[in-house]
Amino acid sequence: MNRHLISAADLTKDDALLILDTAEELARVSERSIKKLPTLRGRTVVNLFFEDSTRTRISFEAAAKRLSADVINFSAKGSSVSKGESLKDTALTLEAMGADAVVIRHGASGAPHRLANWVRGSVVNAGDGTHEHPTQALLDAFSMRRRLGNLEGRKVTIVGDVLHSRVARSNVLLLATLGADVTLVAPPTLLPVSIGTWPCEVSYDLDSVLPKSDVVMMLRVQKERMNAAYFPSEREYSRRYGLDRDRFAKMPDDAIVMHPGPMNRGMEIAAEVADSPRSTIVEQVANGVTIRMAVLYLLLGGEI
Amino acid sequence: MSEPRAVLEGPDIHRALTRIAHEILERTKGADGVVLLGIPTRGATLAARLAERIEQFEDVKVPVGSIDITMYRDDLRLRPARPLGRTDLPADGIDGRTVVLVDDVLFSGRSVRAALDALNDLGRPTAVQLAILVDRGHRELPIRADYVGKNLPTSKSEKVKVYLEETDGRDAVELIK
Repeated sequence: MNRHLISAADLTKDDALLILDTAEELARVSERSIKKLPTLRGRTVVNLFFEDSTRTRISFEAAAKRLSADVINFSAKGSSVSKGESLKDTALTLEAMGADAVVIRHGASGAPHRLANWVRGSVVNAGDGTHEHPTQALLDAFSMRRRLGNLEGRKVTIVGDVLHSRVARSNVLLLATLGADVTLVAPPTLLPVSIGTWPCEVSYDLDSVLPKSDVVMMLRVQKERMNAAYFPSEREYSRRYGLDRDRFAKMPDDAIVMHPGPMNRGMEIAAEVADSPRSTIVEQVANGVTIRMAVLYLLLGGEI
Repeated sequence: MSEPRAVLEGPDIHRALTRIAHEILERTKGADGVVLLGIPTRGATLAARLAERIEQFEDVKVPVGSIDITMYRDDLRLRPARPLGRTDLPADGIDGRTVVLVDDVLFSGRSVRAALDALNDLGRPTAVQLAILVDRGHRELPIRADYVGKNLPTSKSEKVKVYLEETDGRDAVELIK
């Protein structure tokens, strides 16, 4: 495995399966009364969050702590970044503190890639701009595998705001590596121009894709990143691309519904669909801690 | 490196396990409250075989499980991160039981030390004992086995390799110079 985890494309099929298998064993630790392992004692993990996040930051923090690493949380608000410190100077400060791994969330695509050139430790991308979020893709693949078994040949449909979604890109790359067939469904305005180069199919018609899907993953409409009118109204978007009760009924009986959160209930997903037993949304959060433990263990557990 | 020399063949392993099963029954007075925990991969296989024998001899079902020690090893940082094995505890757990740890080879004693640490996080057994197929000496920690299949004098540079039907297609213990 690479020293850094910046893109889901960095992972070979063997790497990805090793992470998923490791997570499968680590999931059992979460069921014990003592949920702690001594493996990363003495290692330091820095959570460097330039963008707001609840579940990802907490999830990385819990994962590092369960492996006995020391965790330093850094958020841009209230730090020297608000005084105008550059990413590089922040990185050098962390370097001087002896960080073995830096988990970074940044609003600019490519920030983790730059950071990796400046620090000696491992860099883990926890979401950069509209680019990638590889641990989210891993936890999604892990959640799918726990529900459905092997992902080879499985039909995964990802619906919604692909243009602003780092989750979609990482998922497409990872699922292609794992042998699943991915179809993206979105209004043409919410697809990136480069979509033709992605290893997946594209459709504009959700109703025709749903009956053939094993997994339907709904993406959040990222209003905070939208600086133009990408669709006429929320109501129209919801009618054409939202997963409501009627559409849910068109899915095969054993198909599952996923959402990376946070959800806009009633917009891209109806509340009763989100809360159904076939939805993995709550599991995804628990699996997030497990998969991040696996990633931190594999990056930091051996010689570095 | 010269030809590997077989020090135990299939029937020898069979007899050694039979004897260990009897010894466990004898020392624990009928295996009452005993849990067998194997260290993956081959220790887990041996634990399952011991449980089978104990059931044959005295008609008692001994709970069997496995305990992965990877995360507790003291040499993790000497090599790239390694894949994890399976930890599988019997449904009733290990609290208040007599845990018999089972492994294939006892060498430095460091794996057993790691297993004792792992046990500590999993529960509180009344007692912990150690069953080993081959004790090859060269201990680096104050650890000894309660049940030994064979004491095998070796030099530090030699390698001991255990093959078991379930994982390797044949039963044998070989010494490689």
